[in-house]
This record gives sequence, structure tokens and C-alpha cells, in this order.
Amino acid sequence: MSRVRILAGTRKGAFILTSDGARRQWEIRGPLFGGWEIYHVKGSPANADRMYASQTSSWFGQVVQRSDDGGATWEAVSKDFVYEGEAGTHQFYDGSQRPWEFKRVWHLEPSPTNPDTVYAGVEDAALFRSTDGGKTWSELAGLRHHGSGPSWMPGAGGLCLHTILLDPSNESRAFIAISAAGAFRTDDGFATWKAINRGLRSEYIPDPDAETGHCVHRIAQHPARPDVLFMQKHWDVMRSDDAGDHWCEVSGNLPSDFGFVIDIHAHEPDTVYVVPIQSDSEHYPPGGQLRVWRSRSGGNEWEPLSDGLPQRNCYVNVLREAMAVDSLDPCGIYFGTTGGQIYASADEGDHWTAVASHLPPVLSVEVQTLP
Amino acid sequence: MIRVVLPYHLRLLAKTPEEVALEVAPPVTIASTLDALEAAWPPLRGAIRNPQSGARRPLVRFYACRRDLSAEPLETILPDSVLKGEEPLLIVGAIAGG
Repeated sequence: MSRVRILAGTRKGAFILTSDGARRQWEIRGPLFGGWEIYHVKGSPANADRMYASQTSSWFGQVVQRSDDGGATWEAVSKDFVYEGEAGTHQFYDGSQRPWEFKRVWHLEPSPTNPDTVYAGVEDAALFRSTDGGKTWSELAGLRHHGSGPSWMPGAGGLCLHTILLDPSNESRAFIAISAAGAFRTDDGFATWKAINRGLRSEYIPDPDAETGHCVHRIAQHPARPDVLFMQKHWDVMRSDDAGDHWCEVSGNLPSDFGFVIDIHAHEPDTVYVVPIQSDSEHYPPGGQLRVWRSRSGGNEWEPLSDGLPQRNCYVNVLREAMAVDSLDPCGIYFGTTGGQIYASADEGDHWTAVASHLPPVLSVEVQTLP
Repeated sequence: MIRVVLPYHLRLLAKTPEEVALEVAPPVTIASTLDALEAAWPPLRGAIRNPQSGARRPLVRFYACRRDLSAEPLETILPDSVLKGEEPLLIVGAIAGG
């Protein structure tokens, strides 16, 4: 029988939750690396026992941890992320220029085919790659040398590269997103990058339709339809049907189109999930009601999913890395909150259960579907 | 032997006890003590000093004999009581929330 493993990163350690394919009973293990911020934990699609974790601290810096036994034991494999060449400058909150400075790893994206190859999205925004299991890292500097770098500015969470999508149909193509610079695509194996923000509109930059400067919070892609992308921007839920060349808004009837997470059903490329948040100043659900909203039509028409979720006095947030899906049938949906809950649905979002209720604030949720 | 007391996060990272003892060749400075510490426990490299510049991380403090050595040059020789093993060098995470 299949098993499911949830990998949760929190403000004070990592937790691994496991269940059989029924997804009713969950065993929680942790905290791993207790007291450290764990921004992201992700398993290799090519070897489920190989995992990478971003362990970080404003006091003691960055560590990349690796496990080769499904998270039972871990090894601190690296901590050096050095920008290639002159670091250059980017825009600070006040509009002044600041030097690029490495702060932490937000996202680790293992290669779909090689467990030793893994990509890291970091703050200040850059893309790194390791081909030796995370021991050494090299910057893929074509992105930062795109030319628009001096105009990139940090979002509230920092100038972070948080989304890395490796195109499953074209190994030369990848997508990344940066808060607050926007989305970028490479078609030549990471050498050069194109800003793909046409159709995004952001009122917080001098030119709302500018090529870069947009605070993209998350992008999702379905492997069966890699040219279709869904985006949760700071405000606005967006869709592209041409690999990001053009975007159109699909917020439709959402109660708020501000939010962080977005994900896609494992077997239905037009079934999309978001968690609306009241506003960019009020990081909690509208009306104190925590609801996932699902579109079965690729956007525009959304339905609220609330069964099992708190519908009174709920003022948590759901951060950008904190939603994932499994690949069982029916598809399971998972998300974590800043209140320390992890909610799971084993029926595509129709019903929800809190599988953990009192963790530290959840920064990231990933899911492995195991044989 | 030079005694060094480590904060919780670094003990967890490097799997050390709260206090460790190091052989450090003279002259025993803050830097040479940290060099010996990192040689004995490689996961600590970069966690106390910036791995590129070698500078003390801003939120890490060095105390010894009730004195704050954080702003002293890393080439500063440690106090006599630390050299004699009577007092430890304290590596402390700054109180800055968290």
C-alpha cells in the first residue's frame, strides 16, 4: 500500500509526518534541528530517501542538511554560497542601491532524474546548483546578470528567489520567481533568462506594467501541461498558457486575490488551489474564516472549501512554500499555517483534518508519495 | 587547554557538549582558538565567522572573564585566565529576539 510523507519546515525545526495511503492516521517525528529555522525540506524525485533541508539562522548562518535514509539521519553537507564575480547591487526598500549579500536558502529543488543534482533559490536573489549532493554550490549567474538586477527590490520577506520549476518536458527550460522582481524563464539550460511578466500589473511600482519589479509569491505548473502556469502574485491570481510569455488574471470570484500559496491537483491540470488572505497589510483569512478555494476550470470560477477548517476567529497566514499535493487517487492536498497547524485533505479538498495542531509557525510543506 | 563554551544552536549543529577543550598553539588569540575549534568540529566553520570575510557574525558575541571581547580584533590574545584554563571563552548568540 502506498505511503505519504509530509516534510514540514518551521521556525523552530523540521517535522516529518507519515501515513499510509488512507491518510487518516499520522505519525509525527521531530523537531529535527530544533531551534533552527528550516525554510524548506524536499525529497529527490529520483530517490525518495535522499532529502535536502535548508537550515538557517540570523545568528549562525546557513547550513544545507542532507539525508540518505528518508530523514532518519542527517549530515551538514555545506554552507558556502558565493556569488559569481562582482556581486553588484540591487534596490533596497528605500530605493537606494545595496550590495548583493547572501542571507539564506529559501527553496531547494532536487533534479527529477539525478539525486546528486539540486538547485537552490536564495536571498539575496540568485540561483545556485550543486551536482555533488549539496556539498558544493555554483551560482547560475546568467539570471542575476539579466540586466534588470539593479531594479530588483526585496518584498517584506526579503529579496528571495522562492520558486524553481524545472520543465519536465524540456531539460533546457526552467522557471523561477523572485519577490519582488517577477518571473523569469531560461530556454538554454540556465545560461540566459527572459523576464516573463507581460500582463502582470502592480500598483506599488512606478510603472505598474514594468518588465520587472512585480512581487510574485508563487508559481505552479502541472507536469502534463508544462506551458500552462498559475501564479499567486502579491495581489491577483494569474494564468499563462504560453510558458509565461503572457499572463491574464483569473481571480474571478475569490473573496480576496491576495495570497501566497497556489498549487495544482496531481491528476487534473485545470484544478487549482489557493488560500485567499485579506490583504497585504492584514495577513489572515477574510472574516477570520480559513478556506481553501478550488477552481476546476483553470481559474475565474472558484468554490470555497471549508469542511474541517476553522470558520471563526482564525487569523493565521499560509506562507508561499506551505502547500503541496500528493499523487494518490483521490489526490491529497496539504497546507501549513503560521499558527502551527498542518491540514490535510485526502479527497481533493472536500474535507480537511488537522494532522498537526501545535507546531511552530510553518514555513514550508512538501509531500512525498511513496510506493 | 583552552575551554570554549558554545551556545545551544552550535552544540546541536556540531554535536558537541556545552563546553569543549582545545589544544591551541601560542599565541592563543580569538582567531587561533576559532581556527582550532573549526578544525575539530568542521560544521562550525562559517557559523561563527563569515566564511568568506572571516569577520565575526554580527549576532555572535565573545565574552571571557566578565569582559566583552566581541569588538576586539580577532588577533587579540585571550586573557590569562583563559590561557590557564581557569575561565572559558564564551561564544554567545546575541539577545535579539527569536
